[in-house]
Amino acid sequence: MNFGLSQDQVLLRDTIRRFLDEQCPTTRVRQVMESDSGHDAALWSGLVDLGVTGLYVPAEYGGAELELLDLALAAEELGYNATPGPFLGNALAQIALVESGNAELALQWMMQLLDGSRIGTFALGEPDGVWDPVKLTTRAAGDELSGTKALVPYGALADLLIVAAVGDDGPGLWLVEKGAAGLETKDYVGNDLTRRLSLVRLKDTPAVPLGGGVAAIERTRDAGCVLIAADAYGGCRRMLEMATGYAKQREQFGQIIGAFQAVKHQLANLACELEPALSLWWYAAHAFDRAKDEAPHRAAIAKALLTDTYDRFARDTTELHGGIGFTWEFDLHLWFRRAMFDRGFLGDATDHRLRAADLAGW
Amino acid sequence: MDLSFGAEYEKFREEVRAFLAASWSKEDAAVEAPPDERATLGGAVRSDARATEFRKLAIERGYLYRHVPKRYGGGEGKADPIEQAIIAEEFKNAKAPHEMIGQGPSMLVPTLIEHGTEEQKQKFVEGTLLGKIRWCQGYSEPGAGSDLASLRTKGVRDGDDWVIDGHKIWTSDAQHADWMFCLVRTEPDAPKHDGISYILIDMKTPGIDVRPLRQMTGTADFNEVFLEGVRVPVTNTVGKRGQGWQVSRSTLKHERALIGGASINRRVFDGVLMLAMSTTLRGQPAIKDPLIRTRIVELEAKLRASEYHGYRQLTLSVRGEDQGMAGLVSKLYATQLGYDIGKLAMDVMGDRSALGNGEPEAPFGGMLVPAYMWSLGVLIAGGAANIQRNIIAERGLGLPRDAAQRK
Repeated sequence: MNFGLSQDQVLLRDTIRRFLDEQCPTTRVRQVMESDSGHDAALWSGLVDLGVTGLYVPAEYGGAELELLDLALAAEELGYNATPGPFLGNALAQIALVESGNAELALQWMMQLLDGSRIGTFALGEPDGVWDPVKLTTRAAGDELSGTKALVPYGALADLLIVAAVGDDGPGLWLVEKGAAGLETKDYVGNDLTRRLSLVRLKDTPAVPLGGGVAAIERTRDAGCVLIAADAYGGCRRMLEMATGYAKQREQFGQIIGAFQAVKHQLANLACELEPALSLWWYAAHAFDRAKDEAPHRAAIAKALLTDTYDRFARDTTELHGGIGFTWEFDLHLWFRRAMFDRGFLGDATDHRLRAADLAGW
Repeated sequence: MDLSFGAEYEKFREEVRAFLAASWSKEDAAVEAPPDERATLGGAVRSDARATEFRKLAIERGYLYRHVPKRYGGGEGKADPIEQAIIAEEFKNAKAPHEMIGQGPSMLVPTLIEHGTEEQKQKFVEGTLLGKIRWCQGYSEPGAGSDLASLRTKGVRDGDDWVIDGHKIWTSDAQHADWMFCLVRTEPDAPKHDGISYILIDMKTPGIDVRPLRQMTGTADFNEVFLEGVRVPVTNTVGKRGQGWQVSRSTLKHERALIGGASINRRVFDGVLMLAMSTTLRGQPAIKDPLIRTRIVELEAKLRASEYHGYRQLTLSVRGEDQGMAGLVSKLYATQLGYDIGKLAMDVMGDRSALGNGEPEAPFGGMLVPAYMWSLGVLIAGGAANIQRNIIAERGLGLPRDAAQRK
């Protein structure tokens, strides 16, 4: 029984933590979020050099061939730092390439998504809250796709979109390159200012079939749920640290507010929720590679619980900060807003709970 | 991560299985424990002649009571949480007597090992481990709950005896207990934490009156204990006179570990799930009702989180690392979850939540109603939830101690 991180995993996490501490203070986060693209090429290339884009890529495609847990540890640290950029979509594009089982196309594209020369994303969702692969309406006719994809991470920036659609043989994955005919992308006005989401329209857009079927779409979505859960955990950690630090420093009525039991209890409740939630996403990450039959269910419940927890942390820690927490200048809302991304992307907590109940056979 | 126990441990498991096969037969396992040997919050425990014979053998093999030295009747072995988990699992499967449940073995024994005199250890430890000496805990009083150190039961020195007068409450198993470990104020002029002694009292001593205390559930699992002129030899004091508070801290530590367990929640949850599948609510099985359905999944996720959290704690202890916050939150998380599962049970019953335990028209005869009520009991027992929050905030988050507590 070893339900803990290895020395290598701790080292990996600490390396990313140190890099982001130095390279990605919130002053830089704010610059990126106010830019047109919401993307900082220099920061992204730093993460590429660190190896973040190759963690969960098989060795045959040039990656480090670690486990989803290692990639999720990176997601946790990016979440802790409110790091802007296309990490999530790029990682899901890589996972979709592997899960499709199409070695030829994976070999052709993976290296470019790994070395930072191209950015990938994963286009699953559709308008009206559709994330279920069997309910997709985007159609493939011959080698052309038509339909609308919603909430695509950095869809406008991405060089390569891996699109879930329905062809003659049922649902599957297709490759679409930036600039393809009939491809229209537009960034939404999103709540999360650190990560862009785009609306993607396809009209008779040339696409390369990747295959993979429903299984590849579901595996990619499950991995995404784990990465979101880890991101949410990192954000919760940060918000709890900020609120605890503030409670130790802010004085009212002649004492620090952290000496008031009302404040102590609110913080203790958050700490109590967070500790076991860590183990839930660790387990979900572990199951993705080592207990595949359990993986969809654990990914669903981890996504639901961690994003709910993030939502609660966002509200409670803002309240604990009082007036300062409600200002634009104070950084807390960067995470408050990331929590709104995490709860929506890939479907909300209720979607995943209903799905988990089906998976459990209830 | 590796969630298997590994080859070395699987070999150990085979050894345990072989021992059980040779020493505890199916016929042995079929004997039910008598009702008065059922612990309040735990399962049944047997301490009859056959169980004692087996338990002695298991101790000799080092399977039980590893934290207790051989010379006091323990199994004395390395503290290996994985071996202990395997032993617990295999003994349970074989329905073999494991360590005795209750406050004697879990709280008094570790305290005696740490603070007791040689004579006290010789006299009490082995008998307690075998269930021959049964204990109750004399801590809480009507005026001393969360603020336990304000207790007023007093002990006055008279020759070689303490003469004790006072009133204890919430005393589980006092009606069956042979002895009580008791906190008594012996130094009335000292500051409140420095005026208490930890004293062992024979329950047969004249002047002790045990009266059952009926809880809101309708049953009486606790007692009140009245002490009037109770004479106890001063040699029954554990640790130094006036140092009882400090001595008792080591016992409370053990109680929190005891109450923090996730397995009771799993049992109750499974009951609620079965109920949700078999009860009709708003014209369909309750489990199909979207509100009930999502809440069941939400609570099961928390239940899994607490189980995996247990794996994490186990791993930390195997590695010899400090539990830190992971250890501090277990009790609050588990009892809060039990509270939410209890509430869910009532919602699954819908209008039939008006029907009580034992009513044949109630789903499952209303058997989840006591679980609903007990979820409040465990939230309060062993340090109420708000006290747990203080501990998490102060020891875990480094916030200052409450002004009133500092006095």
